Amino acid sequence: MRRIVGLLALAAGPVLVLGVLFVLPVSGMLAEGFVVDGRLAPGAVLEVLARPRVHRVAWFTVWTSGTATLLAVVLGLPAAYALHRLALPGRTAVRAALLVPFVLPTVVVGVAFRQLLGEGGPLGFLGLDGTPVAIVCGLVFFNVAVVVRTVGVAWESLDPRPAQAAAALGASPRQVLRTVTLPALRPAIVGAASIVFLFCATAFGIVLTLGGVRHATVETEIYLLTTTVFDLRAAAALSVLQIVVVVGLLALAARLRATPDPTAQRAVTPVRAVRSGDAPVVVATLLVLGAMLLPILTLVAGSLSVDDGWGLDNYRALTTAGDNQALLVPVTTALATSLRTAVDATWMALLVGVLVSVIVTRRSHSVVERRVRSSLDGFFMLPLGVSAVTLGFGFLITLDQPPLDLRDSPLLVPMAQALVALPLVVRTLTPVLGGIDDRQRQAAASLGASAWRTLLTVDLPVAWKPMLAASGFAFAASLGEFGATSFLARDENPTLPVVIFRLIGHPGEMNYGMALAASVVLAVATAVVMLAVERLRVPGVGAF
Amino acid sequence: MVLRLQDVTVRYGEAVAVDDVTLDLAPGQVLAVLGPSGCGKSTLLRTVAGLEPLSAGSISFDGTDLAGTPTHKRGFALMFQDGQLFAHLSVARNVAYALRLRRTPSAQVAARVEELLALVGLSGFGDRLPGTLSGGERQRVALARALAVEPRLILLDEPLSALDATLRERLAGDLREILHAAGTTALLVTHDHEEAFALADRLAVMREGRVVQSGGIDEVWREPLDEDTALFLGYARVLRDHAARLVLQAAGLPPAPAVAVRRSALVVDDSGPVRASVDSARVTPEQVRLVVQVEGVGAVDAVAALGSRVAPGDEVPVRVDVTRLAVLPITTAP
Repeated sequence: MRRIVGLLALAAGPVLVLGVLFVLPVSGMLAEGFVVDGRLAPGAVLEVLARPRVHRVAWFTVWTSGTATLLAVVLGLPAAYALHRLALPGRTAVRAALLVPFVLPTVVVGVAFRQLLGEGGPLGFLGLDGTPVAIVCGLVFFNVAVVVRTVGVAWESLDPRPAQAAAALGASPRQVLRTVTLPALRPAIVGAASIVFLFCATAFGIVLTLGGVRHATVETEIYLLTTTVFDLRAAAALSVLQIVVVVGLLALAARLRATPDPTAQRAVTPVRAVRSGDAPVVVATLLVLGAMLLPILTLVAGSLSVDDGWGLDNYRALTTAGDNQALLVPVTTALATSLRTAVDATWMALLVGVLVSVIVTRRSHSVVERRVRSSLDGFFMLPLGVSAVTLGFGFLITLDQPPLDLRDSPLLVPMAQALVALPLVVRTLTPVLGGIDDRQRQAAASLGASAWRTLLTVDLPVAWKPMLAASGFAFAASLGEFGATSFLARDENPTLPVVIFRLIGHPGEMNYGMALAASVVLAVATAVVMLAVERLRVPGVGAF
Repeated sequence: MVLRLQDVTVRYGEAVAVDDVTLDLAPGQVLAVLGPSGCGKSTLLRTVAGLEPLSAGSISFDGTDLAGTPTHKRGFALMFQDGQLFAHLSVARNVAYALRLRRTPSAQVAARVEELLALVGLSGFGDRLPGTLSGGERQRVALARALAVEPRLILLDEPLSALDATLRERLAGDLREILHAAGTTALLVTHDHEEAFALADRLAVMREGRVVQSGGIDEVWREPLDEDTALFLGYARVLRDHAARLVLQAAGLPPAPAVAVRRSALVVDDSGPVRASVDSARVTPEQVRLVVQVEGVGAVDAVAALGSRVAPGDEVPVRVDVTRLAVLPITTAP
């Protein structure tokens, strides 16, 4: 009983934070749809879901996400193997490079693909600009990293001996792959695929920049309905649909990912030398790498090209507010705002995330305690299931009156970003903390260490690196966050992604050039953070 | 000779794991490579399986050099210390693994699996998953899986080490019987001399990458090459110089510079020629184990029959059991 009281006391803080900053805004948003004139009216929601446009949008979301997921898995598997099991020269650098797209701000990726596929772009002749194919390409670009990392980490910690036993029993390398390796990797592959599908289905910035109004997914449709059509009921109806589907998918992913004993899964297989038989895998990896680099290089080239050749004019223009008063503040000011916001969001996400991770990974002593713990676990994962757009809009309509009037608080945007980053922090920390054998803590306690001392001497030495890595993730996610921020950032105080989106929407060649240059600056900032994170990576522990 | 290892050397960068090892194995024989952990015996086994590349030397089977043959074409079977069953396959599927690779008709597969499970005493376990089996059962399944396609050679990596003592003894007997009944040639590596004695016909003692002694199992056991080998084979102490001379004299043997004694080499016996004073006595199920002081020899182990009333401080007569000691031709510096 005392343990449960203690557990609830520890959980009170995060629960309160999530209650105010998550449950309240989201239910506020949903109430817009369900409550008409003070009465519950679910019929209106059903009416919205019956609209042909909604069907079209839902189907478009499903097929683009499905296709992108399939492609990401097919392209990601060879790279996962090559980069985590073979002693390829420079593989750490390649691994980090492949990770960069995932943390690139969605707006930046959108801009890069428009630059690549648009008129005059290197692949402009394909005529793909503004087509669903471009959207799928963008989604794949983003999510190959998820597959490479999740499956790669699983592959790395896969015990090589069953495969050797199979080989000794006469299985050829292909047969070993089919009968032993892939079945063992199935949880990781399915888990990665379901997460990728989730990311694709809730992708916002990239679909908005590449698809505009013509090709809307559920997520961008919610945005368009709230900001341009002001049909809040329809937006709320779509949010409900999205939450139901996403929570269902998450539950499925959690089931498929579950490992019976997390402590038993922490061996790292040494990489082996590359042999001639590995050629197809290596070539496939290089192709994927090339496909990843192409949009980025195009973006950089675009940002450096000026009327008469090459120059830094676009970068110099970043100290201005653009042509035709495109912006209220110079881009450099927006960059400073972004960095400040990211610092705030990071400490918030880390504070709550560490508490949550400690709470959910401690071993339960009774059935009741385990139930409490696992329901807390599910509760803290909820932000992953709700779109950033819903969250941002919910903030806007619920946190605007006393006692919770945060409209003018400088912490409003960081709070929203911290919530978006929270699942990333928790996902990075829980496998590490969960992987510590509880008997180590018991041994420490039996040697006379207090609970606090145990945390300091057993948990912290293992967890400090992942904690730094989690901060990096949170920082990068916050730098690039666009969905919630686009609702909450004030015009006179925008973040960099918001500024980029505004610049590409405003006519004027200089504005476009500035958008490219600003994208490069943002990309470099996130990439630097991610490279630092990659150096802190704990071998054998996944990030998603 | 079926398997022939000629000057086999395996290097990892600077470190030499296996150093110039030459071994032969005749058909139907079981050879145990015995050595402490880290001596390179597992590397040697993995090299024979084709899982580690040779740095020098050659491995041939039936006169054919195996250099270019990948693991899966060698026709050997490898049994790991902890079985390495495929967790996602049922017991029957595990056993049938190699048969299915060869596209054996399913009726035939089922019959063979039945037969093998009966052989290892696990009839009716076919539908279970490896996760639900005990350690001993898992090792039996691993053995059945390895035997399924009648491998030309079976490689055993400490097959019994992961099991508890009683189980180990029982499974050792079964394993020996099964290997002999199937007429399988086997190479076994282990750090446990009991395991080696229980399973093998021939023994090779390995230390720091080299084979220091090899031969028939009783031959090696009776005549260990040096002090380290003797201690590794389970001899309790090595006596030198004067002490060795005294003990050998009491046993009626000519003097030698060193002698290795087992714990039961000195036996309390009323007709014994040597006087000893008892330091400590401990009752075991088989006999009473003593540590005694012998004038000119020092502290040595001894045994007394169960029921004999021996207490610390007593003076007792002891004799030396000549079958429980080994004269060492050379000594190693202490």
